[in-house]
Amino acid sequence: MELAKLTQLNEERRARRAVILLTDLGDGSSRIVREGEKLDGELGEAVAKAFRSGKSGTIEADGRTLFMNVHVPPARIVVIGAVHISQALAPMARIAGFDLEIIDPRAAFATPERFAGVGLYAEWPEEVLRDRPLDRYTALAALTHDPKIDDFPLTAALQAGCFYVGALGSRKTNARRRERLVAGGLSEAQFDRIAAPIGLDIGASSPAEIAVAILAQIIAALRQRDLSGALPGGAMAEA
Amino acid sequence: MERGMDTSSGANDPGDELAVAEAWKKAGRDVAVATVVETWGSAPRPVGSHLVIDDEGNFEGSVSGGCVEGAVVTDAMEVIESGRAKMLEFGVADETAWRVGLSCGGRIRVYVEKIA
Repeated sequence: MELAKLTQLNEERRARRAVILLTDLGDGSSRIVREGEKLDGELGEAVAKAFRSGKSGTIEADGRTLFMNVHVPPARIVVIGAVHISQALAPMARIAGFDLEIIDPRAAFATPERFAGVGLYAEWPEEVLRDRPLDRYTALAALTHDPKIDDFPLTAALQAGCFYVGALGSRKTNARRRERLVAGGLSEAQFDRIAAPIGLDIGASSPAEIAVAILAQIIAALRQRDLSGALPGGAMAEA
Repeated sequence: MERGMDTSSGANDPGDELAVAEAWKKAGRDVAVATVVETWGSAPRPVGSHLVIDDEGNFEGSVSGGCVEGAVVTDAMEVIESGRAKMLEFGVADETAWRVGLSCGGRIRVYVEKIA
C-alpha cells in the first residue's frame, strides 16, 4: 500500500466516515471504497454487505481474490455529567477502545484538573449536541441526576438511534422521568430503550464499580445488537 | 466474532496501528503492515487486526495475542527488504506449529505488505 493511500484511510477514519480498504491479494494493489459508493457486480454486493455487517473478510469476486478491511467509526461514549463516576469511566473507556467525551454545564464540575486528557465541554448539552450530533455509533450515559441537564440529551439520543442510552437514578426517579419525557412527545416504547437504573446488576457500590457496570452494559449493547441495520432493541431489560 | 462497530481507538491514539504506520513512515522509517485476512477455529485476534513493523524490528499491535508475532516480525523485515508482499499461515496443522504454533488450536493467515 502507498503512503498516500494510508494517509487518506486514516483521514477518513478520523472524520468518523465508514470506509473499506480493498486489497487484491494477487497483485497487492489496493483502493479505498466509501460507504454509499456504487460498485458493480459481485464486488458491489459483497461491499454493500460488508458495510452493513461491519465484518472484514476475504472474497472471490470477478476472478480476483480480495481482502476487505472494514473500518466503521469507532464507538463513542457521550457522558452527561462531569461527576465522580465519569472520572473512573473515562480512563476505563479509553482502555477498552472507546472515544469518550463529557458534557456538563456546571463549570465547577467540568474542570480540566478533574478530567485530564478527556474531551470536556462545560456547556449545556443543547449547545454541544447542535455542533456534535449523536449518531448510531454513539452511546449516551446521563449521570447528573438533574432533569434540567439530563432530559434533553436522553431524548436526543433515543431519536438519533444511539446504540445505547442509559440514565442514572432509582426506579422512582426513572418513573418520574418517564412521565416527563412521554409528556414531551416520546413514545413508551422509545422510553423503554433507556437502561435505568444504569449499569449491569453486579452489585456495584463505589463510583469506579458503577463505571465498570456501565461500561460492561455499553459493550453488551454494542456486541449483541442487531446487525441488520435496525435500531437496537431494549438494552438490558433486566437492568 | 461480530464486529459491526469498530472499537479500535480513534486514529490519533497510540494504540491505533494504522496511525502508527503512517507516523513511522512519515518519520522516514521503512514500514511493513501485517493484517489478519482469514481465521479458522479459535483464533485469538479477529480478521482485520494489524501488526506494524519497522526495519529495525520494532513493532506495534498484534495479530495473534503474542503467539506468532516473533515469526511475523522476521518475515516482515524480509518484506521490507524485498518490497514484495507475502502471505503467512500459522496453525496447529502447520509444521511450524512446533516452533511458533497457536496454542489455542486455531489457524490464521496473515498478509504482510510494505508501505511504499
